Amino acid sequence: MNKKTIKHSSYTLKPAHIIETKYLTDDIKYFKLRFTDGTDLDYTPGQFVMVSMCGVGEVPISISSTPTRKGFFELVIRKAGKVTSDIHSLKTGDKIGIRGPMGRKIPLSTIEGKDLIFVAGGLGIVPLRSFIDFVLDNRRDFGKVEILLGCKTPEEILFKDEIKDWEETLNVEFNCTVDKADPKWKGNVGLITSLIPSIFVYPERTYAIVCGPPIMYKFVIKALLEKGIKEDHIILSLERHMKCGVGKCGHCQIGNYYCCQDGPVFFYHEIKNNWEAL
Amino acid sequence: MQRYYVLNKNKLINFLSFIQSRSKLAAPVKKGEKSYAFEYITDLEKIALHYLPTILPVKKYFLPQRETLIEFNKKTRKTTHVIEFEELTLFGVHTCDLVGMQCLNAVMVEDPKDINYLERKNKLTVIAFECNSYCDEHATCGIMRTFIPSSGYDILFTEFDTYFLIHIGTTKGSEIVNESRLFDVAQKEHFDELNKLRKRKEEIFKPEINASYDELKKLMERACCTGAWEGIFDKCLSCGTCTNVCPTCYCFDINDDIDLNLLNGCRMRTWDSCQNEGFAKVAGGENFREERKNRQVHRYMRKFKYPVDKYNMYFCTGCGRCSRACVAKISLKETMNLLSERIKL
Repeated sequence: MNKKTIKHSSYTLKPAHIIETKYLTDDIKYFKLRFTDGTDLDYTPGQFVMVSMCGVGEVPISISSTPTRKGFFELVIRKAGKVTSDIHSLKTGDKIGIRGPMGRKIPLSTIEGKDLIFVAGGLGIVPLRSFIDFVLDNRRDFGKVEILLGCKTPEEILFKDEIKDWEETLNVEFNCTVDKADPKWKGNVGLITSLIPSIFVYPERTYAIVCGPPIMYKFVIKALLEKGIKEDHIILSLERHMKCGVGKCGHCQIGNYYCCQDGPVFFYHEIKNNWEAL
Repeated sequence: MQRYYVLNKNKLINFLSFIQSRSKLAAPVKKGEKSYAFEYITDLEKIALHYLPTILPVKKYFLPQRETLIEFNKKTRKTTHVIEFEELTLFGVHTCDLVGMQCLNAVMVEDPKDINYLERKNKLTVIAFECNSYCDEHATCGIMRTFIPSSGYDILFTEFDTYFLIHIGTTKGSEIVNESRLFDVAQKEHFDELNKLRKRKEEIFKPEINASYDELKKLMERACCTGAWEGIFDKCLSCGTCTNVCPTCYCFDINDDIDLNLLNGCRMRTWDSCQNEGFAKVAGGENFREERKNRQVHRYMRKFKYPVDKYNMYFCTGCGRCSRACVAKISLKETMNLLSERIKL
């Protein structure tokens, strides 16, 4: 077999420096990154990157920062397997390989001027934070903003400082519920769907953006539809196993779609009849 | 460009020697009573001109089972993109396998293009060999309409009693034929014979499934989420043989390999199978195709539904390999016939 080298392929890694890290919980770590050549990652909220640890492997990770803030991008990674464990061992100053951004760039103009409901289950807040911060940085261009967050326990709530900002200063309604409270918890207890009936919406001008564990979608969508929100106003970010990120390897297929190319963000009307989506 | 030539049968060996003087040669070789494989050829006598579809299709040359994508050094953090290729002539590619390669082409040429595949493909020369009758009872090339070669080859051989009629598909094919100086220009009587053969083939190859070509996709759509699949895949062992031997299955895994010095390594792509249990399992533990049955339905959808929507092609070439190789003896023909009985179109 002959070999030749090429400058660029779909698998090209772009080196990035880690400029800040912190643990958000025992097994969830935050990384702030900057490309070593100083360029910005050209992304839209909802997109993801492939993070590469040469010798161990590559994993798809959603981008948690907003493209409105330049000079860096942020990832929040849960320790789940070999690659993510290795990524957790990295410190400020270390280098890492990035591919991306991957996935569909959804036209943000569709939600401009609209009321927004963000529904996040557990780690779903990580990719939604990209949308939320984008909206907050362009706060004048959007209507009412409501954030609903559901977590298993109060300890699992991420971005607690930022949530305080969202709640107190930024003209955002924030509601949180936990499955299991501890003695200090003063908020709601129950599933995330329990938060939806009590919110006030103008269905015509409201978009809902949903991200959470796979089991959550069916119930949240039902509750949102009951509120009168239209099918094409419900935006969902779906999770699938991914290997190549360029629509070839077959792992992330959802019926007719490749999650890595056609998603991971979909409008509900696009996938409601897809037998594998929800 | 002259497109049709004739090669006397006793000159075939000279032609193959000529090919060997230009590039490496791979052709079907008999491996067992009913098993054949494409192999590199040194001894021309070993080539089996008449063969049952090889165990693995020629996709193994287009998309190797193991292939390096990136080489890296952990210390210097330097990464190099690699394309592995070889100048190779494939001789004796069956009519159905030509379609298989075209299916792979459709996938790999779509943006973002797979440069590794496309570069490798350009180094391969394809000399096809037309099937004049069925290979065995597993083939479904009648309904898939893949028994008449239309494209996908540089040179096509069609066999007659004492000679081969040759059709030139590309300029590369034309160059080979001209340089070899072994071929005569085809005459009217040869074309008449070809027309007769093709007509005879229309009589031999008939739909093997009780549905029309156009109905196959509809059959999948209707059957998809219903009980029509009941019982069909109960005996499936999820071994992944059907996807390995399929000429249009291209799913792969990407893994890193590191040398014993723990410094140099490479990122490899290897064949994967949607039939493996963990294929669609995510880090959180959720498995989107946990049941064997669902994985098989998915395989059928990937042959008869999704690619039709996306590429306007069925990704089944009718080669019959999945049925021939299945250790649980699940037959594509029987499955489709059972579905067409159960589903009203």
